[in-house]
Amino acid sequence: MSATPSQTVGPFLSIGLTWTDGHLVVPEGSPGAVRITGVLADGAGAVVPDGLIETWQADAEGRFDHPDDPRGASGSGFGGFGRCATDPEGRFTIVTVKPGAVGDGQAPHIAVSVFARGLLDRVVTRIYFPDEAAANATDPLLSSLPAERAATLVAAPASDGGLTFDIRLQGEGETVFLAV
Amino acid sequence: MTSIQPVGYRPVPDGTNPPLAFEGYKSTGLRAPSQPLVVLRDRLTEVTGPLLTGPIGTGDHDLTTQHAGEAIGQRIVVFGQVRDSDGRAVPDTLVEVWQANAAGRYAHARDNWPAPLDPNFSGGGRVLTDSSGHYSFTTIKPGAYPWGNHHNAWRPAHIHFSLFGRAFTQRLVTQMYFPDDPLFAQDPIFNSVPDEKARQRMISTFDLDATRPDWALAFRFDIVLRGREQTPFEEHS
Ligand SMILES: [Fe+3]
Repeated sequence: MSATPSQTVGPFLSIGLTWTDGHLVVPEGSPGAVRITGVLADGAGAVVPDGLIETWQADAEGRFDHPDDPRGASGSGFGGFGRCATDPEGRFTIVTVKPGAVGDGQAPHIAVSVFARGLLDRVVTRIYFPDEAAANATDPLLSSLPAERAATLVAAPASDGGLTFDIRLQGEGETVFLAV
Repeated sequence: MTSIQPVGYRPVPDGTNPPLAFEGYKSTGLRAPSQPLVVLRDRLTEVTGPLLTGPIGTGDHDLTTQHAGEAIGQRIVVFGQVRDSDGRAVPDTLVEVWQANAAGRYAHARDNWPAPLDPNFSGGGRVLTDSSGHYSFTTIKPGAYPWGNHHNAWRPAHIHFSLFGRAFTQRLVTQMYFPDDPLFAQDPIFNSVPDEKARQRMISTFDLDATRPDWALAFRFDIVLRGREQTPFEEHS
């Protein structure tokens, strides 16, 4: 059988895809909770107010509560999924815990999907962490990229104690996007 | 040592998915990345994914009865099976839909073209596939709408679909179209899919046997997600 093609979410995705608490991977204020905020921008630097980002990640121990993890499902009940539509300023927020390393040589990371009008398929990227310099230096993906490109995948500390991760779809400072 | 190597997912064949930059669809101009995508081999994060079971309300599969009054338009049942490209059913997976009303207008603050809103139609629905991958919605046949992409541009009637499958790599957002729509030829979004056969897979089929007698017409839309590789990739480090 052959796969069904991808199509754009269009400008009115919020009718079908927004959940009130979608951005809370863990409840606000829970132990170790970190707030990751960012702005989604286009090739002219204009913010994208009709986009959506989704995140998927391991738990703080680097495990997935999923049967296809070859180590077995963790059984922890950790959801690992976040979803946030961009606001009129192009801003998104995810509240989560920092994932642990999954144990195969990769640095801790969060997988990200970006959807928007004008994206005929989602684009995929990753968030890495600024306090993991040693692990990031040997991560197979980050270490395969020129330094200035790799830098687009590493979140920055924010003044409120959280992290910022801006996503630039095109042009100067374009985020590295991944074919998965 | 041999590190943890899960079985990955096969890429879709060339021509199935649209290119990110597509001249006919103007909004891709400033939004499609200009750098080539960096190929990432499937590892643990990619072969797992959210196994969502909600949030789903009891009436979320019926878009015609979400308000006090009845939605206006032609009632239809939209149903089908979600499988992977090996033919395996994808059970218990979240399917989300959104669409315009019968007049072709979305219940959205930024959709303001002069077609009537229906106070009894919001246009959003969600449902889980059953143990054999089947899903079913009841809704209203959406109207076509103009969208300003080029002179007299009209989107063919469509329903937006979002699926998760069981892995991050299987995530799919697509659109379901209706048979024999005269607007296909001028629609760059439909035609952004290079392969003619792949385009046809986005078109539902009318199914007389599935109609609800004296109540609703029925359209079948089967959805195929990516299938798995046969063997794990061996990596020695
Ligand atoms: Fe639409």
